[in-house]
Amino acid sequence: MKRVYVNEKWCLGCHLCEYYCAFASTGGKDMALVLKDIEISPRIRIEEMDGISFAVSCRHCDEPFCVKGCITGALSKNDGIITIDKEKCIGCYTCVLSCPYGAVQPSDDGAIQKCELCIKTHAGVPQCVLGCPNGAIVFEERGA
Amino acid sequence: MAVNYIYPEYEVVRNYDRCIACRVCERQCANEVHEYLKDIKKMVADDSKCVNCHRCVSLCPTRALKIVKTDHTFKENANWSGKSIQEIYKQAEGGGVLLSSMGNPEKYPVYFDKILLNASQVTNPSIDPLREPMETKVLLGSKAQNIERDENGRIKKVMPPHVELSVPVMFSAMSYGSISYNAHESLARAASELGILYNTGEGGLHEDFYKYGKNTIVQVASGRFGVHKAYLNSSAAIEIKMGQGAKPGIGGHLPGAKIVGDISKTRMIPEGSDAISPAPHHDIYSIEDLRQLVFSLKEATGYTKPVIVKIAAVHNVSAIASGIARSGADIIAIDGFRGGTGAAPTRIRDHVGLPIELALASVDKRLRDEGIRNNVSLVVAGSIRSSADVVKAVALGADAVYIGTAALIALGCHLCRSCHTGKCNWGIATQKEELVKRLNPNLGYKRLVNLITAWKHEIKEMMGGMGINSIEALKGNRLMLRGVGLNEKELEILGIKHAGE
Amino acid sequence: MREGMFRNLSGCAVSGIFSKSGKRFSGELIIDSISVMHERSNGLGGGFAGYGIYPEYKDFYAFHMFYDNFAAKKECEEFLERHFDIINLSKIPTRKVPQIKDEPLIWRYFVTPLPTKLASSQLDEREFVVKCVFRINTSIKGAYVFSSGKNMGVFKAMGYPEDVGRFYRLEEYEGYCFTAHGRYPTNTPGWWGGAHPFALLDYSVVHNGEISSYDANRRSIEMYGYKCTLQTDTEVITYIIDYLNRKKGLTLKEVCSVIAAPFWSTIERKPQEEREELEFLRSTFDSLLITGPFSIIVGFEGGLMALNDRLKLRSMVVGEKDDMFYVASEEAAIRVIQNDLDRVWSPKGGEGVIITLEKGKS
Repeated sequence: MKRVYVNEKWCLGCHLCEYYCAFASTGGKDMALVLKDIEISPRIRIEEMDGISFAVSCRHCDEPFCVKGCITGALSKNDGIITIDKEKCIGCYTCVLSCPYGAVQPSDDGAIQKCELCIKTHAGVPQCVLGCPNGAIVFEERGA
Repeated sequence: MAVNYIYPEYEVVRNYDRCIACRVCERQCANEVHEYLKDIKKMVADDSKCVNCHRCVSLCPTRALKIVKTDHTFKENANWSGKSIQEIYKQAEGGGVLLSSMGNPEKYPVYFDKILLNASQVTNPSIDPLREPMETKVLLGSKAQNIERDENGRIKKVMPPHVELSVPVMFSAMSYGSISYNAHESLARAASELGILYNTGEGGLHEDFYKYGKNTIVQVASGRFGVHKAYLNSSAAIEIKMGQGAKPGIGGHLPGAKIVGDISKTRMIPEGSDAISPAPHHDIYSIEDLRQLVFSLKEATGYTKPVIVKIAAVHNVSAIASGIARSGADIIAIDGFRGGTGAAPTRIRDHVGLPIELALASVDKRLRDEGIRNNVSLVVAGSIRSSADVVKAVALGADAVYIGTAALIALGCHLCRSCHTGKCNWGIATQKEELVKRLNPNLGYKRLVNLITAWKHEIKEMMGGMGINSIEALKGNRLMLRGVGLNEKELEILGIKHAGE
Repeated sequence: MREGMFRNLSGCAVSGIFSKSGKRFSGELIIDSISVMHERSNGLGGGFAGYGIYPEYKDFYAFHMFYDNFAAKKECEEFLERHFDIINLSKIPTRKVPQIKDEPLIWRYFVTPLPTKLASSQLDEREFVVKCVFRINTSIKGAYVFSSGKNMGVFKAMGYPEDVGRFYRLEEYEGYCFTAHGRYPTNTPGWWGGAHPFALLDYSVVHNGEISSYDANRRSIEMYGYKCTLQTDTEVITYIIDYLNRKKGLTLKEVCSVIAAPFWSTIERKPQEEREELEFLRSTFDSLLITGPFSIIVGFEGGLMALNDRLKLRSMVVGEKDDMFYVASEEAAIRVIQNDLDRVWSPKGGEGVIITLEKGKS
């Protein structure tokens, strides 16, 4: 199963992944038009302190607390990817609270949002990976 | 300052319609050109700090930035250029020697651009490299001078020490210190994967890189930094650096500020002390002294490694090369006046030396006239920009070329020529940790491998067109070259005919 | 403009006949062979080399000369007299053939170096002769030595090879080996010296092809004292063979491994001993590798070598019948003189076929 992995050694803290992520979820054509004058709300976020930085997004855990805790079945794991069914989500935020990585966030567009590996917008090609200038975010198979 | 004599050379042009204030420009500019003004939620730029390295331009996700040359101008003057005037302002202000980086950017003729290649038509078939073998492998080193046979009449296969390259291109000397650890790692890994060599420069060899030894040329320069027996023996070849094309006759100076941590350890000098490479080797004041160093190094390595002597192309280069060819060296490297550098006095860089094309042609001819061309291999450097330059250099007589600047460009360098500031935004010519990490060697080495692989394909295409299927048949094959727009003297020195002849 | 002032690219026909037993046969046979390949020439050059043709003078160098005029002849003869003992001199017998015109003065000298001159030169005899040949060809205007071996001779002219053969009365010579060349140059050579075979001492080369490595080879071989005055492939190939075989002492098989070296990928697959030898030869003489199309027939004292470039970009067929060995650009040129062959085959690219006289025969 290919996953997004990050390597803080190469993370420059440039935050570009956040912008590529935010843009990816809009399905828009031109980032300048879509993200102009808005506060972005990406599904991947850079954590940084004391010169160390790295990107955090959903790890699609083998035993996902978010899925277990979801009271409506809006979150489910299919083919290794944890996805949201927005029709079912009632916005209880149990998932937001239970994710140990803070990778599930409240959303302006529906109740919650999380990384779905761009399967809904870019045929499963994570845009944060493509947009990382230094190979700090990779999308690869690393075994179980 | 009350009077601003210097007007910024470049202007940062921001298209506010496209800027989304993601601040990547601000975060990525080590020169602190960009700034986000929170109150007005707007990015602004201080042009005066910009070195035109394009880091911000390349990373801007909305293509909102470009850098343009300012149209601010002095009164037109064919003699006193704006550049000349500004340089006087700078020196009048600071009282110092002007410093520059990378190769000579001035308008001297680029002979490679005035040479055209041949191709086969009718009388001789061109060869398709996709269908037929096309050999680019070269061996560098001196040739066996005599054929000796054993008692059964079989040839004794005693070859002088040599190195093998899959393609006649090597990465030229760039020291650990002048470039970053990650740049070095990228070069070493790429050389290893490509079956070519990279060169440590005068900075010693970091212990992590000993494992790439068989793809490493270790350099011995006038400061002798980082030279010890294990260093010499770890290598594929040893290079004595007598000079550098960017600054013939000038030594080197790596400021103490850069001599930190591993660099100090690798160079074997105390942290914080300036690393000063003297202009000459103080044990080489003449050709016979060079011979002694060549043989000292051979003794130290049991005569197992070829010794390269690298010189800058200067006016009497052919006589010097001829002397070196008789001094035990196996390979002569000649660095033309467009060769790069991490820092050089501007006047030296821009006004001393020779174009490599002329130096190469005259050295190759002289060595042949004297019948000693096979004593040595010839490697040339000093602005080899493409595979076409490689092919032309080989046809003029080179065994192989060194590329420095081209390799750095592959790693991201945008030739802003500000290496001497130590704030390379691309993580190449810097030792600042947060900048060094911008060059991920996992990506960097792959880009170098891609570049040389692409060149190799192109070299094969050009050779095939000429009906040549082995690079040695191209070496010195000057009939494959024609000059365009060159005068009689230039053609004579290059040893080529004019196009149409 | 004449040959030597420009690079003249040629297509060609080549042919060779060799008697391994040393049995001498008439030059008629080689004319028959080469004339079949008339279409491969364009009348701008033809020639022959014969071996074993001067048994009565076999210990003397036979110099065949072209002179543009009598002044050149006089100057050259003075030079020869200063350096050699001239045993015999004569015009080379020719007959009038309508197709062959504008002939120069064609003379033959049987010579041996003056012992005192040879001793003071500190050269071995053959090197002394080579030096003298170069001296004449480069410094005596209008004089040209086109054959300089012992018990062998080159006969060449402007014209189709069959006409050239009749012009030189080749049928009157008998030898154990003949080679022939019909030339298809892209430019007019302007003089007879440009025709082939090209010879130095007893090495003679006929060649079909255009080598792409020409200038690399030329500049390399000139480093060893050779002067390529004709700018032809054949000239440079002859010098390379002379250098490697005579001066460096390589066997002809080893010479093939230099000039038509196997690809590195082929070398890598060889057993260690052979691999090391091939690596050594290829790297030691890297600039003598010949690329581009060629098929060559090299005549030398007591032997013949046929060789193709390593991609075999030119045709060449060899055949055998009893003690006779045949080689030609086309099989037809062999069949026309011997249709009943024991064996006929196309040697692979880079694979030299070397034939020598059986022991004790000459």
